[in-house]
Amino acid sequence: MKIIYERPKTLEKVVNHYCPGCHHGILHALIAEVLDEMNMADKTVGVAPVGCAVLAYNYLDIDWIEAPHGRAVAVATGIKLAHPDILVFTYQGDGDAASIGLAETLYGAIRGINVTTFMYNNAIYGMTGGQMAPTTLLGMKTTTSPYGRDPRREGYPVKMAETIALQDGAAFSVRSALFNPKAITETKNHIRHAFELQMNGEGFTFLEVVGTCPTNWGMTPVEASEFAKNEMVKTFPLGIKKDVKRSEAR
Amino acid sequence: MSERILMKGNEAVGEAAVRAGCRLYFGYPITPASEIAEYMAYRLPQVGGIFIQAESELAASNMVYGAAAAGKYAMTASSSPGISLMQEALSYMAGAEVPSLFVDAVRGGPGLGDIQAAQSDYFQLTKGGGHGDYHLIVFAPYTIQEVINIMPIAFETAFKYRNPVVVAIDGLIGQMMEAVEFPYFVNPDEIALPDWALSGKFRHGNKKNVNTSLELDPEKLEVINWRLQAKYHEIEEKESRYDYVGVDNPETLVVAYGTVARVTMSALKKMLGEGKSIGLFRPITIWPFPGKALAQKAANAKRIVTLEMSAGQMIEDVKLSVFDPNKEYEFHGHPGGTTFTPSEIEQILRG
Repeated sequence: MKIIYERPKTLEKVVNHYCPGCHHGILHALIAEVLDEMNMADKTVGVAPVGCAVLAYNYLDIDWIEAPHGRAVAVATGIKLAHPDILVFTYQGDGDAASIGLAETLYGAIRGINVTTFMYNNAIYGMTGGQMAPTTLLGMKTTTSPYGRDPRREGYPVKMAETIALQDGAAFSVRSALFNPKAITETKNHIRHAFELQMNGEGFTFLEVVGTCPTNWGMTPVEASEFAKNEMVKTFPLGIKKDVKRSEAR
Repeated sequence: MSERILMKGNEAVGEAAVRAGCRLYFGYPITPASEIAEYMAYRLPQVGGIFIQAESELAASNMVYGAAAAGKYAMTASSSPGISLMQEALSYMAGAEVPSLFVDAVRGGPGLGDIQAAQSDYFQLTKGGGHGDYHLIVFAPYTIQEVINIMPIAFETAFKYRNPVVVAIDGLIGQMMEAVEFPYFVNPDEIALPDWALSGKFRHGNKKNVNTSLELDPEKLEVINWRLQAKYHEIEEKESRYDYVGVDNPETLVVAYGTVARVTMSALKKMLGEGKSIGLFRPITIWPFPGKALAQKAANAKRIVTLEMSAGQMIEDVKLSVFDPNKEYEFHGHPGGTTFTPSEIEQILRG
């Protein structure tokens, strides 16, 4: 019998701590698949954030470090310069990468350092219990915007993929999603592309991945996926924002 | 054979680090430490190293964290306000047991303070500084030559114990020029990559390395913290360094480190020449504090004089170590960035 699909070798056989309907698990599996296909798992270091993915190091069979809150790209910069021959990626949430770590993340693109950053955007602080994130949608109620995010009070959702794309040191910036098989396949292709650009020394590569948080959104897994597909993408339009290999991208 | 050359303190810090085997420097400008970064920006490319000017001290210290967790000699240098911002990375590195080198050219505080030489970071450097139960290993050299002599020891000690190390200097040591020699040049290729290094599994037997300071199970975290304390205790036993100049069992014992110890020397030598019963105890490591040795030297002393360019920080360790309420403890300090003069110290010591 021919095996047509199997568990990625790089994905650890452990029960993960993510909530039902959360898309972190899908993104972990995609990264594992790509590392397997590129035969890179033994030449990769992952940088875990503070946030829901703080325990990401338990789920992929690669070298890992757990960075201070927001500092993942700075830590990744140090690792990459110590060992330029290995693949280095950061795996962060929106609060980690776009609020407390905005300077570090943006400087990854400004400096053009050869690392890849994943920013899981679910518009909320999940680990700490549903507070407002820099990406929280206008009108969205969270525990720290209980009357709904009002731009006069709480400002506007940050557009990271577009911001990164503006920097000359960025080789690739994309916003993709995981709410259906087509989106998942596209995201996987983007991951492979970003990793290849990194190993070719093209510069900073950035994947903003629109995900869910059913627990803190107060939705079922299916409702959360529908919300990501129908509502999140209105504020966060999907697509390639910059690609040094494809001039037509904008 | 090394030759004697005239060199500025901050530049000597950089050259010593290069010769100790450091090829990765992450910095952010701040007075009076900026020349260290400038020297490294010029020097590291000559030896195949990398200098990065980070966007902040937060980023610089976390770049050091990454490079050091990758198993390499990596460093940064800053001054007091910058070192405050680096406490986050230092606490994480202590928890995750990542060896690295930080240089603090201490200046007057609190807040922005001023840019003159000071010793008011003593508490921050020796008591932990960041959150959690931890210690940094802190060297406090008193001449540029001692800075040079300590640099390879500082890196080796960091890696031996997997702990961040600080070399605490001040604006005076950084800015002055002295004739110095560099009696070593370590080839970084000959420094073995540790088996815990984050370098890709293929470099360490295809077994995954994880570097983290996180342990959510409180009972396990307690075990980890007691293990760290055992390590700190071993460091206290084995790595305490000091210097002593004076008579055996002096009546007056002076305790000072760094620049203040140096300024004390001229008055001390004069008084020793007059046959006075006096001695200078100079901690070379301020953590671990050489408390046992100090207590021995202080056994017969009536008067213990602590001199610091602060409002009185090390004096707490002096009292804790001597642990004798019947002795006379005297403190004299300069907390604003001004320095003792030799005649001022002579006056103090003559009582």
